[in-house]
Amino acid sequence: MIANVLIGSLTIAQILLALAMAGATFRMLRGPRAQDRVLGLDTLYINAILLLLIFGIRSGSTAYFEAALVIAVLGFVTTAALAKFLMRGEVIE
Amino acid sequence: MSNATLLISLTILPFAGSLVAAFLPANARNIEAWLSGLIALSALILTTACYWSVTAGGVMRYEAQWLPTLGLNFILRMDGFAWLFAMLVTGIGLLVVLYARYYMSPQDPVPRFFSFFLAFMGAMLGVVLAGNLIQLVFFWELTGLFSFLLIGYWHHRAGARDGARMALTVTATGGLCLLAGMLILGHVVGSYDLDEVLAAGELIRSHALYLPALILILLGALTKSAQFPFHFWLPQAMVAPTPVSAYLHSATLVKAGVFLLARLWPALAGTDAWLWIVGMSGLVTFVLGAYLAIFQQDLKGLLAYSTISHLGLITLLLGLNTPLAAVAGIFHIINHATFKASLFMGAGIIDHETGTRDIRRLSGLYRFMPITATLAMVAAAAMAGVPLLNGFLSKEMFFAETIAAHDGSLVDQTLPLVATLAGMFSVAYSLRFIHETFFGPPAVALPRVPHEPPRWMRFPVELLVVACLVVGIIPELTVGPVLETAAYAVLGPALPQYNLAVWHGFTLPLLMSVAALLGGALIYRLLREHLLGGVEGPPLWRHLKSQHIFERVLVTVSWRWAGALKNLLGTRHLQVQLRLLVGTALIAALWSLYGRELAVDHTASPALDPAFALLWTVGATCAVGAACLAKYHRLAALILVGGAGLVTSITFVWLSAPDLALTQLLVEIVTTVLILLGLRWLPKRIEGIDSGARLRIRARRLGDLALALVAGSGLSLLAYAVMSRPAPSSISRFFLEHAYTEGGGTNVVNVILVDFRGFDTLGEITVLGIVALAVYALLRRFRPASDSIDIPEQQRLQNARDAAPPLRPPGTTLTDYLAIPAVIMQLMFPFIGVLAMFLLIRGHNLPGGGFIAGITMTVGLLLLYIAGGIRWVEARLHVRPVRWIAMGLLLAAGTGVGAWLFSYPFLTSYAAHAELPVIGRAPLASALLFDLGVFVLVVGAMALILLALAHQSIRSHRTPSAKATVTPPSAGET
Repeated sequence: MIANVLIGSLTIAQILLALAMAGATFRMLRGPRAQDRVLGLDTLYINAILLLLIFGIRSGSTAYFEAALVIAVLGFVTTAALAKFLMRGEVIE
Repeated sequence: MSNATLLISLTILPFAGSLVAAFLPANARNIEAWLSGLIALSALILTTACYWSVTAGGVMRYEAQWLPTLGLNFILRMDGFAWLFAMLVTGIGLLVVLYARYYMSPQDPVPRFFSFFLAFMGAMLGVVLAGNLIQLVFFWELTGLFSFLLIGYWHHRAGARDGARMALTVTATGGLCLLAGMLILGHVVGSYDLDEVLAAGELIRSHALYLPALILILLGALTKSAQFPFHFWLPQAMVAPTPVSAYLHSATLVKAGVFLLARLWPALAGTDAWLWIVGMSGLVTFVLGAYLAIFQQDLKGLLAYSTISHLGLITLLLGLNTPLAAVAGIFHIINHATFKASLFMGAGIIDHETGTRDIRRLSGLYRFMPITATLAMVAAAAMAGVPLLNGFLSKEMFFAETIAAHDGSLVDQTLPLVATLAGMFSVAYSLRFIHETFFGPPAVALPRVPHEPPRWMRFPVELLVVACLVVGIIPELTVGPVLETAAYAVLGPALPQYNLAVWHGFTLPLLMSVAALLGGALIYRLLREHLLGGVEGPPLWRHLKSQHIFERVLVTVSWRWAGALKNLLGTRHLQVQLRLLVGTALIAALWSLYGRELAVDHTASPALDPAFALLWTVGATCAVGAACLAKYHRLAALILVGGAGLVTSITFVWLSAPDLALTQLLVEIVTTVLILLGLRWLPKRIEGIDSGARLRIRARRLGDLALALVAGSGLSLLAYAVMSRPAPSSISRFFLEHAYTEGGGTNVVNVILVDFRGFDTLGEITVLGIVALAVYALLRRFRPASDSIDIPEQQRLQNARDAAPPLRPPGTTLTDYLAIPAVIMQLMFPFIGVLAMFLLIRGHNLPGGGFIAGITMTVGLLLLYIAGGIRWVEARLHVRPVRWIAMGLLLAAGTGVGAWLFSYPFLTSYAAHAELPVIGRAPLASALLFDLGVFVLVVGAMALILLALAHQSIRSHRTPSAKATVTPPSAGET
């Protein structure tokens, strides 16, 4: 019973996270400003971490957590680079 | 010493010396000369030691397996003829080394000279000693290559480069023809062994392929020996240092052609084709070279044309198809080498001591250098064929041969007359050489005051002139046995009777000699007025220069035609290239599918997870959006590509490929930053396209869209078809089963990379390093579009704000904005480093590995750069990507070599477990060291590429407008 609840809620969580990613994608597509698009991508990364964690819980394996860890540690680099680009016109000066 | 040892050391010694000479310091003139001299002397002694083995038809042989499957062996072979040439190469080589020691100025980089010189000597010995046709061609081309380097020794002069290039183009093209000819010859005989080829003369001459083989081989020989119509490169090669001219262009390199003619004489000669091609080419060269030599104004130019003429004489003799003529030809090879080398050295001394080689400026040098003048006179007399000198003997043998009837044609009947005429020309240019240089009023306004050269610079000339005299006076006692040995090796037991005596009585040849001497003097007397006019080149002929025709042809072929072909087939538009590429792939796929059925197994597809489907919708939307925005909204497109990449990574996780997922993720991050770095330098959008063009553009885009849709869906269909069918039993099972037992790791992907397929990985990381260096090299000369040179608008605005009141130091806005983010980014660096180490070390058993860890580390480094800027980071860290690449490569290769120490094959991995303090039991595989090499190399390569791009921002010297605003780099930077 509990297991069924868990599986069900995990599935729902996955679908909701995928929907959230769709929302983020909408922002990335429409903008209107470049900053909105960058934030959209950042949100996409955050949701991806959560999606991977839930995937790991569902399959009962920790092998997938590395990918989540890497996104958590390094995912912000893209955002930082994009932000720097918007602020200064070049990433490394 | 045994035969084998003698031959091998003779071949290897010069090359070994060349290698040593290359690494001596640039000013070590004496050591270089001593080294080269000792090498040449030892080679000379070795050759001399061979003499008793090659007399009376003896042959020394050394054979080693080379490509046994193709029936090719490495054969060194010395007979009497090869011995004669080896003596010339080593003996004159020794004298030239001595001469070059005094000739080369202290400013010249002598290691390069002596290194090339010795290598050339080795190549020449290789040609002479080759016992295999292919091997002969190999060394033949090597001589061409080193002569190219030697002619272009003073490569800062345009003339040297042009001359070297022309020599290489002509002789190397001939060498290629020679290779083709040798292949045909080997095919005809059924073996490339020289002994078998020489013994199969009858078979070769009667074979249908005789003529093509002959023509191809002759193309090689005649280009090398500068025979008409390929004679033009030799005068151009006179830009080389004089020792090179004395050695290569009188005694050795150009003699390689006649060497080959004589070498293959038993196999190829004796036919009408041989007589006409070789004989005619030789005759024309002989006459023409002598005629042109009279009109040269450059001492070396005169000698060059005279060399061409004498080589023509030798070629003519070899082409006459009689054994006696061949003997005369071989004899003249020896004589010409002695007097021409000494004359070149003499010309070099004159050049060295007066500062000019122009005959028009030289005069009356006898007063200043009587000894050199006397030596040059004797050598020139030998060249002219004056009695009691060696040139007289071979020339008289030649005259005798021209009188003897051959085929009775018109050419044959007029041959004695033509030969006498050419003899007169020879006398005329020899006279001119001596008379205008050493006699007459003392020269005025020479660059230097002439005087006698150093004692040892003259010594080689003295030795050679004495040889001319001795051979000329007592030929039977000195050169007789040598000549007989050499001629016997070429002609075999059919050696004809000949008499080397100086005096044969009053004969027709003697009359011809006398006529040549008197006629030559007369010609010189008559032409003197014209020559004093100071015009370069003979009348009429002056306007028809072979080298100009050659240049014209070269420009037409390599520039005009190539350019036309490029315009016809090439394009600079990326769109067109991509269209061609995708279209070709599509056609290829359709072609292979034509008439077959694409079986797709629908039953195998599993039920679709709704979350996964949604995820893929997100990914696909991102991809399509990126494609739509790519043209005019580059940043938006880049962001969307990032989204698509992320979805791809998640897909890999979903489909149980965590290694791939990690790699993909990191590559996505680095790629985004990389493209962002490049984005700043892209040119701006071109506005205002007229409406007519717009319609055409729309049609083109629609076409491209259709092509993309067809190709993309086709690829998806193919991928689906492949993935939905059961996997064939493949090698993957082996990897899965043996990864732990033999590779000592549970991460099969990593074990494959560093162990099972370690050699592939080594190759791949080498390529990665090369790519990084290439990117770096390309970006060093990067010139951005003119509209992206200025600093970006944002920076201009922020700088303006810093400059406006209230006055603040420049860059305050930036530091204010980045105050907190920069600290976080810098703090992350050690943590990212730890993560990289973690990924590296556990890679052998769990997802991770050198490549992934390398990119992680690079991302950490990038963060530092983003936070602090280039100057900030490089003032604090030693960033040396090129060294990292080298270290990584050495480490990986070193690990592989390490296996040899335990007598295992290259890259054998060793796995064990060790008890470590604190950490506990840890797996230790030698593959980890290999992986560490991969890691270091990847960090180096990625950092090199990214930083090369990033450094463009501070290359302010390129932007005159920005110069004023950008502060110059501080002193502490690298």
